Amino acid sequence: MSKDGAFASSLAGVVERLPELVNGDVPLVRRGEFLTADFMIEVGSRAHYVAIVNGRIATLVPGPLLMRSWSFAIRGSEDAWRQFWRPLPPPHFHDIFALAKRGEFRIEGDFRPLMTNLLYFKALLAAPRALKREAHQ
Amino acid sequence: MTLKFDPIMGRYVHVTLQGRQHRVYFEEAGQGIPLLCLHTAGADGRQFRHMMTDSAITDHFRVIAFDLPWHGKSTPPDGWQDEAYCLTTDAYIEAIRTVRDALDLKKPVTLGCSIGGRIVLSLAMRHGEEFTALIGLDSAAYQTGWYDSSWLHRPDVHGGEICAGIVSGLIAPQSPTVNRWDTLWQYMQSGPGVFKGDIYFYRVDSDLRAELAKIDTRVCPLYLMTGEYDFSCTPEDTMQTAERVWGAEVIVMKDIGHFAMSENPLQFRRYLLPLLEKIRAKCSL
Repeated sequence: MSKDGAFASSLAGVVERLPELVNGDVPLVRRGEFLTADFMIEVGSRAHYVAIVNGRIATLVPGPLLMRSWSFAIRGSEDAWRQFWRPLPPPHFHDIFALAKRGEFRIEGDFRPLMTNLLYFKALLAAPRALKREAHQ
Repeated sequence: MTLKFDPIMGRYVHVTLQGRQHRVYFEEAGQGIPLLCLHTAGADGRQFRHMMTDSAITDHFRVIAFDLPWHGKSTPPDGWQDEAYCLTTDAYIEAIRTVRDALDLKKPVTLGCSIGGRIVLSLAMRHGEEFTALIGLDSAAYQTGWYDSSWLHRPDVHGGEICAGIVSGLIAPQSPTVNRWDTLWQYMQSGPGVFKGDIYFYRVDSDLRAELAKIDTRVCPLYLMTGEYDFSCTPEDTMQTAERVWGAEVIVMKDIGHFAMSENPLQFRRYLLPLLEKIRAKCSL
């Protein structure tokens, strides 16, 4: 596997750790207890479909999937996500809206689930910062 | 058992603003040179409590922070239930000057953050001779919007949760967890539509880019302090403003976001104390 391919693969591995990171975080699950929604994370060209039921990640499925719907999607380059997931992200790579303002992230679709549960989603998306893995250091 | 009290005292003062009676809450601590503090949008004077409990500041400065009408413990004017709160430059300046005069503050040093950082630029343009020094935190003549403020006040979104969620990213990741959530708690307590009404001032009513030449820092020194993690008012926004104001001094604060005095008081004082010392030295000349 090329260096770039290994890098992308390890970032996908980070995404796939989300269920254990989120479902094991009792305060975070409580924060999302009234949330049931589907959304999509795209890291580079790799999509992952996330189904949340009452604040827990019920399923996380790597794409591409045909005809899978989602309420909103958050998309960014591999480098943008790598910076965002650093344990101490650099200025203006530390927040999804900071990255959106820079044009590094695109957030699309129905914003209502995101905005009604904004602190929850921000914590969910930043959860991989707790991982100290070579892929995002 | 010895009880611990903060040295902060709070009172209400009754003033007329925009032709209507207002009951304005303020807190203060310390003695010496008056240092009037202006809170951020959708928040209140509690943001300055760490400055008010720092004897390195209060030994030399009388630190005063008031809650703008509609904010914190200041009551909205009678009839508020039928109005949409909307802050304007003129109303903001009137509130600052009226409270200053009501409390008999002679030429105060005035420090404002965010919308407070914006209004100090207008104070410098219009009333610089009335202030000893002006300090703008996260201050710029203009900055690009980064969210749709209509999300801040609508019945299907919890106002406190969304306001805190929006501003949470403006806090630097290095800021202590306790201070981060203390800062967000204040946003969660803001009245419905108040943050949105302040943002009107910020986004619509105060593009000052064409007027910066009116500022004369020989009349009143201007200091602009911005956190490196602030992506709402970036250090570049502040520097672009300072480039057009002769004599304005810029301080970029490391490991700090948009709420310096509230999100990381210890880091902030590393930058603030030398500046206050400099201002104090000028006052004693």
